[in-house]
Amino acid sequence: MDEEAAKKLIVETLQKKKGKSKFYLKDFYKMLPDEKPRTVKNLVNKMVGEETLEYWSSGSTTLIGLKGVGKQAGAEDEED
Amino acid sequence: MVEFRHKTPLIDQLETGPWTSFVSDIKREHESRMENPKGIDFQFNQDCCDDLLGVLELSYEHGRTHWKHGGIVGVFGYGGGVIGRYCDQPEMFPGVAHFHTMRVNQPMGHFYSTKYLEQIMDLWERRGSGLTNMHGATGDIIFLGTSTPQLEEVFYELTHNIKQDLGGSGSNLRTPSDCMGQSMCEFACYDTQEICYQLTMEYQDELHRPAFPYKFKFKFDGCPNCCVASIARSDISFIGTWRDDIRIDQEAVKAYVGGELKPNAGAHAGRDWGPFDIQKEVIGLCPTQCMSWDGSKLEINTPECTRCMHCINVMPRALRIGLDTGCSLLLGAKSPILDGAQMATLVVPFIKVEPPYDEIKETVIEPIWDWWMEEGKNRERLGELIKRQGMQKVLEVTGFKAIPQMIQEPRSNPYVFWKEDEVPGGFKRDINEFRKYHQR
Repeated sequence: MDEEAAKKLIVETLQKKKGKSKFYLKDFYKMLPDEKPRTVKNLVNKMVGEETLEYWSSGSTTLIGLKGVGKQAGAEDEED
Repeated sequence: MVEFRHKTPLIDQLETGPWTSFVSDIKREHESRMENPKGIDFQFNQDCCDDLLGVLELSYEHGRTHWKHGGIVGVFGYGGGVIGRYCDQPEMFPGVAHFHTMRVNQPMGHFYSTKYLEQIMDLWERRGSGLTNMHGATGDIIFLGTSTPQLEEVFYELTHNIKQDLGGSGSNLRTPSDCMGQSMCEFACYDTQEICYQLTMEYQDELHRPAFPYKFKFKFDGCPNCCVASIARSDISFIGTWRDDIRIDQEAVKAYVGGELKPNAGAHAGRDWGPFDIQKEVIGLCPTQCMSWDGSKLEINTPECTRCMHCINVMPRALRIGLDTGCSLLLGAKSPILDGAQMATLVVPFIKVEPPYDEIKETVIEPIWDWWMEEGKNRERLGELIKRQGMQKVLEVTGFKAIPQMIQEPRSNPYVFWKEDEVPGGFKRDINEFRKYHQR
């Protein structure tokens, strides 16, 4: 799959998700089952650099979601 | 006299023990920030330390934390090094409502100049809380507490003025850590600082952007004394070792026996332990009983030696590491999160440690990563994957041969099995031929 198509697929898949807004890196592997994990990792990190996606980190684990979806930095100190 | 807004009777008790207290440290920093003798132009809340003590006191009262867990904050292009921290009582403690942690990649071997320490503290007092953790469990310098707008500012000054990078956090390669190695220690079997630096530079992408199912740690110990405890704390543990004989200076051995040289280089000298007894303190404590002393000559049976370092530590002037040095690689240590704590397992008994370290990278690190990225579950450390899929799988992905040291004890946990293509004739047999010799 070419890179643009893969990016589009990732965004569309994330937009369809209900409830959760942040995902493990392995969840992205499942979206592109024919690609190697390292390729998907590089693509996801590139999409973060392009500000399509964003990281969330607990300190020990990193999750990734669509930028702007879910709780944002300015509101992370607020209650749900 | 600087005033404290919050009364803290519970945590004040922590100052009454025999040890230095972090409560006293935080109080001192609060006093320093409020008096501000250096005229610092504070970019983060000047009274944050007071509120930090207040929120800790409240946690002691309630028996629960008042910190939220994690966040999306970071610096542009990096997926690690910053951990969002927020207080869940921001009205009571506005000074620590946002109190993010930053991890800074420590210099190899923790070597600092006074100038460097002054630079990082000047930066952190101005743009953060002034509180640090030197060092975090992984080894980084931890900056405790700043606000979101200060993150990029700290990062810019850190990288441009102090030439220092952020460390790893989250599902990244964590900041590699090492002992002081050959810079100061005669026991070091390889240049720990060089390989630590080179692998840090080689794997920048893995260090700064999440690549894995969970955290991954390298630690480099120059010898089996394991000063950075790599065997207990890292997914790939590099422990210096040697293949040839321990070098023995028989005259120096006699000097230890005769009392002219102090054992353990004079350590444990605060009490009179009596005269040095080589039989009791060295020969008798050798775990593999590979040493002998006949009153005039010390002998070591090298094939039986496990490089435990005890004899060398006791008589460093008489015994020295061999000359054919390298390291052993062990995999899978971790502390308890998903599964119990476990120590690393020896996989590579000996490998030379020579720049540019291609053999280590290509035959160990990268095949292991590929396997773990493919097969590891979310939040599963390498050691847990090894337990789940077996040591045999590790040997398959790395191509190393099974060795007796991989099993805990003979014939009780034989987890390396033959495969059909490894056995002459395979597993199929002629049942009629078999029945000629064996009854049903």
